Amino acid sequence: MPKKAKLILSDGKEFAGVLPKWVNSDITGEVVFNTGMTGYVESLTDPSYSEQILVFTYPLIGNYGVHKDKWESGKIHAKAVVISSQMDDWSHPLSDKSFRQWLMDQNVPILSSVDTRALTQYLREKGAMPGLIATKAPNKLKINLKTPLVSIAEPEVFNPKGKKTVVLIDCGAKDNIVRSLVGMGLRVKKVPYDYDLSKEEYDGVMLSNGPGDPTDYKPTIKIIKKLLKQDKPVFGICLGSQLMGLAAGAKTYKLKFGHRGHNQPCMDVTNQKCFITSQNHGYAIKEKSLPKNWNTLFKNLNDDSIEGIYHTSKPFFSVQFHPEACPGPTDTQYLFERFYKSL
Amino acid sequence: MKLRKVLILGSGGLRIGQAGEFDYSGSQAIKALKEEGIETVLINPNIATVQTDPDMADKVHFLPLNIKYVEQVIKEDKPDGVLLSFGGQTALNLGLELHDKGILKKYGVKPLGTSIKTIKATEDRELFKAELDKIGVSTAKSIATYSVAEAKKAAKAIGYPIMMRSGFSLGGLGSGLIRNEAELVARTSEAFHKIDQVLIEEYLLGWKEIEYEVVRDSDGNTITVCNMENLDPMGVHTGESIVVAPSQTLTNTEYHHLREVAIKTIKHLGIIGECNIQYALNSNTGEYRVIEVNARLSRSSALASKATGYPLAYVATKLILGKKLHELRNSVTGETSAFFEPALDYIAVKMPRWDLNKLKTDNYNIGSEMKSVGEVMALARSFPEALQKAIRMQNTGSKGLTDNIYEFKGKYAQEIEHPTFRRVFAVAEAFSKGKSVAYINKLSNIDNWFLYQIKNIVDCDKELSKGKLEKDLVKKAKVLGFSDATLAKKFKLSEVAFRKKRISLGIKPSIKLIDTLAGEFAAETNYLYLTYSGTENDIEPLKNSVITLGSGPYSIGSSVEFDWCAVNTVKTLKNSKKNTIIVNSNPETVSTDFDISDRLYFDELTYERVCDIADYEAGSPIVVSVGGQIANNLAVPLSESGFKILGTTPKDINRAENRKLFSAMLEKQGIDQPDWTEVTTLAKAKKFADKVGYPVLIRPSYVLSGGAMSVVDSDAEMKQYLDKATTLSPDHPVVISDFILGAKEIEIDGVASDGEIVVYAISEHIENAGVHSGDATVVLPAQHLYLETIRRVKKITKQIVKSLNITGPFNVQYIAKNNEIKVIECNVRASRSFPFVSKVTKINFIELATQSILGTIDKTKEYQTLELDYVAVKSPQFSYNRLKGADPVASVEMASTGEVACFGDNLTEAFYKSWLATDQ
Repeated sequence: MPKKAKLILSDGKEFAGVLPKWVNSDITGEVVFNTGMTGYVESLTDPSYSEQILVFTYPLIGNYGVHKDKWESGKIHAKAVVISSQMDDWSHPLSDKSFRQWLMDQNVPILSSVDTRALTQYLREKGAMPGLIATKAPNKLKINLKTPLVSIAEPEVFNPKGKKTVVLIDCGAKDNIVRSLVGMGLRVKKVPYDYDLSKEEYDGVMLSNGPGDPTDYKPTIKIIKKLLKQDKPVFGICLGSQLMGLAAGAKTYKLKFGHRGHNQPCMDVTNQKCFITSQNHGYAIKEKSLPKNWNTLFKNLNDDSIEGIYHTSKPFFSVQFHPEACPGPTDTQYLFERFYKSL
Repeated sequence: MKLRKVLILGSGGLRIGQAGEFDYSGSQAIKALKEEGIETVLINPNIATVQTDPDMADKVHFLPLNIKYVEQVIKEDKPDGVLLSFGGQTALNLGLELHDKGILKKYGVKPLGTSIKTIKATEDRELFKAELDKIGVSTAKSIATYSVAEAKKAAKAIGYPIMMRSGFSLGGLGSGLIRNEAELVARTSEAFHKIDQVLIEEYLLGWKEIEYEVVRDSDGNTITVCNMENLDPMGVHTGESIVVAPSQTLTNTEYHHLREVAIKTIKHLGIIGECNIQYALNSNTGEYRVIEVNARLSRSSALASKATGYPLAYVATKLILGKKLHELRNSVTGETSAFFEPALDYIAVKMPRWDLNKLKTDNYNIGSEMKSVGEVMALARSFPEALQKAIRMQNTGSKGLTDNIYEFKGKYAQEIEHPTFRRVFAVAEAFSKGKSVAYINKLSNIDNWFLYQIKNIVDCDKELSKGKLEKDLVKKAKVLGFSDATLAKKFKLSEVAFRKKRISLGIKPSIKLIDTLAGEFAAETNYLYLTYSGTENDIEPLKNSVITLGSGPYSIGSSVEFDWCAVNTVKTLKNSKKNTIIVNSNPETVSTDFDISDRLYFDELTYERVCDIADYEAGSPIVVSVGGQIANNLAVPLSESGFKILGTTPKDINRAENRKLFSAMLEKQGIDQPDWTEVTTLAKAKKFADKVGYPVLIRPSYVLSGGAMSVVDSDAEMKQYLDKATTLSPDHPVVISDFILGAKEIEIDGVASDGEIVVYAISEHIENAGVHSGDATVVLPAQHLYLETIRRVKKITKQIVKSLNITGPFNVQYIAKNNEIKVIECNVRASRSFPFVSKVTKINFIELATQSILGTIDKTKEYQTLELDYVAVKSPQFSYNRLKGADPVASVEMASTGEVACFGDNLTEAFYKSWLATDQ
């Protein structure tokens, strides 16, 4: 039998739900919501959700089970999952286990039977905030969050026979970034977030997505500053975009509740073309802080926030969204080709 | 080019495969055009639509939708553009014909939006395949054939079973599964009588059927507003399938792969505005086939629009005028741009509504041709709740999936394997008999996910049969969509008593908003549904409001005319400074549009749900008299539960509806009526027939559109009817009345206030009495009535209105023979002829009815409806050509699916046009 529990937000607001029997300790994390209607496997294995409690606004999660091929990294990074319905039944010929089983195998608690719409609206009004999942409210509520950091320990090379080499600075890269680059025939060398590139041979650099506040990545920013003084192409995705901005001298800020979903509309301001994008970020670049020689590349049509920047003369550009998709729409995959052509 | 005047082609009378959804799309198009300062001209003989209202298009032509009349209109009105994609297949085909015959060119009329070339590429299957081949998009293996011999050769090449399809058709007309050569010869011989081209295609048995609604602007910006998945896999027409939005069993990879193919295809074809693309998908291999692209607004787009809250038809019109998606606002949120894809935080389930028993066919199978006459859409936060809501919304009497109103006599497996309109009940029956998911999947190919969900409902039903009335169990059942009525039966309580008990346990539904963005932005939306998966309400009660009950699904006898009534009621309420609340379950309606009411509850028109809503909107009175019989039937129970009903009192409504009470009232007034009696045994029935002589008319009480009504000619027929159609018992008496041959039928539609007539219109039927009034050809003003007859009809009507103390709309039907006038029935509600009489007399009867309900009517004003300078004729629209083996003889049982009306200087002209307009 599942047991009654609740999600307690740092301001004291509670939402009731149930936890599986096997969960026996409290969980803390920053509570954020995602509005995607598919892709729960891809989302939960996205390292950018590290140290976060992920709320799915779509009420039916787990319908098609789980398959190993759909993972975006080696494990679930979210600390816990909050959903509306209890989904035990699943069906898909390519899947091999249920969503619930998968979470148990990965030791990730799931709070279900929650009014996720009410919770989402609360987070929208008050902003993303720390939360605690527990069976009992503590006497004194104090939630300390860890600063997330996801990166490989040692460099790893993919497609060693590729003609050109891209260095991927790993701050929590999704596997589909590697797959997208390798898919174009590139050799990819994935390196730790603080890896010294001064002695590396490469044709271009990719700055990965990742969790947390970009200003915490001081060593990475230092490395990127050096890159921006040279002329090799640099392409940043999500956190990578914020880091490129910081290295260029711009400032970042925290969004109230972030952009997490598969329906974020963006416009390429250089040609007025619009795309639906997949997003997962809590920070953005301040447009007014962009230094000389840097311009806005993409804008969000919902709130006008910056969704990408470019250098006016050098081959540096970045996007706040996820052109590699998985989960979400594939409209902007062409950006990988743009990067490829600049190498 | 700046457009000055635009012609819009409507879709004509409602028929199977082309129903009320085009009133929604056309109405939105007209509003969008007017906003841009463009003059609008509409051709549509469907007089019961909102789009033909005087405040919609600048000019309306109630004319047949054919080349001759359209050319006349073009010549007269000189439009500089024409919209072809808002009037279904009728308008699209007509547009192509106008182009091919050079008429558009001759008068300088530009087809707007998607080019004629592109439309042809989507309609001609060979061209279509060739275009998609160019961009590497897969289509079903298909060979175009032009003779039976060619078809045989093609079928052999592809291998049986094959799918047969015909080009340029709506609702899958002339298509189907062919298992062998004998079947092929029979079907193609039939098809080649009507069409030149038949396609022989690979049969994708058991593949999932998926569709995407795609919107694209002239700059190439493209979005998919939503996708939908059919519960019934390939082989059952999407219009006949239970459909969910968004898809439920597709992985992220499948969902976005098909989305990518959709965008690529629509860009390549160059569609501007809205279209849908249908796929077959094999989840085992990841293979897909594009089945078709509809380069126009469709039933699916109406559904997608209502399922997501995205105003598709409105946006499509703006795009056709050259606007870009990102320049348009999302009219639901008011804040964000129209370039976005809705994120749902609920599930929508569409279920078709069939009326096969009324169409006198014994063939209950469904397949690749459409037979359904309407549909419902249910919103909830789980599939079981949505499915059970949809079943109740169908309004066929079932209170939920396990309240099976059909008898399978052990043959459920057959109906699961060869789908009938009641297949979902057969699946539930199989589960209740202990059959497994694997067994049912093997028979039906329905995805296991759906089957598990259905099994959960059946399992809970078993648990309820054994369980006690306690909170956790009731809550569980409510979350799975069980109705109070079903639960009350399980716990041996009345529905009212159970409801009280449930509320005392603290189990109440939550009211949730549809905001298109899953709560990400604060939206100013008015669009709501109720669910038991939730703990908080999104809204506060609306002050100074009136609740109007809509019509529910279109079915035979309840069609777009009641939607017109609801929309006009809301308009009048708004003008009277009331806040308006609509309850309706039909996605094909205008009343459920985002800009009609202050608050829309897209939910069930059941006693339980209306009570839930009225409880929450405390103090809001309810209008039950404009939504047809479904709404009207709720008057008494709602009133008994203490809710305020506006207009004629429920007690008086009951006096009109209850045969005995009504008859007694007439007798007391000295008003004549055909002899009748109520019987509970066959012997008594025969005795009555002996007295009045055959033929006699038999029907149950509380009749809508003659449901289960029949004329019998002999004792033998009488016995047969009573054995087959009813269970005679003291609780279920049957009414038998004298069936008068060769009599004339007269109808009065009117509005009264405190028992006094405010306005009335007398129309006559061309057919003799005995043809159901919904199937009759109706003339207004009456052309062949003696003044004496009119005077007497009016006098009797006055008496009835007075006796029933009517306030609001009413309709009385009479038969006249040899100077004798008898009353057949009286409806104390708006009738199906209200839009007709309103538009013909140019007096809005619903506006007056609403004013009298509110008590704001000016009773001193007089209305002239007898003498008009023209004649109007309303003709029934039948759909018999879509139903093989159905018997097309009009009778006491209504069978028409829609109606049209045209005007003329005299009866002959009006009749001729009206008859042409039915395209029969």
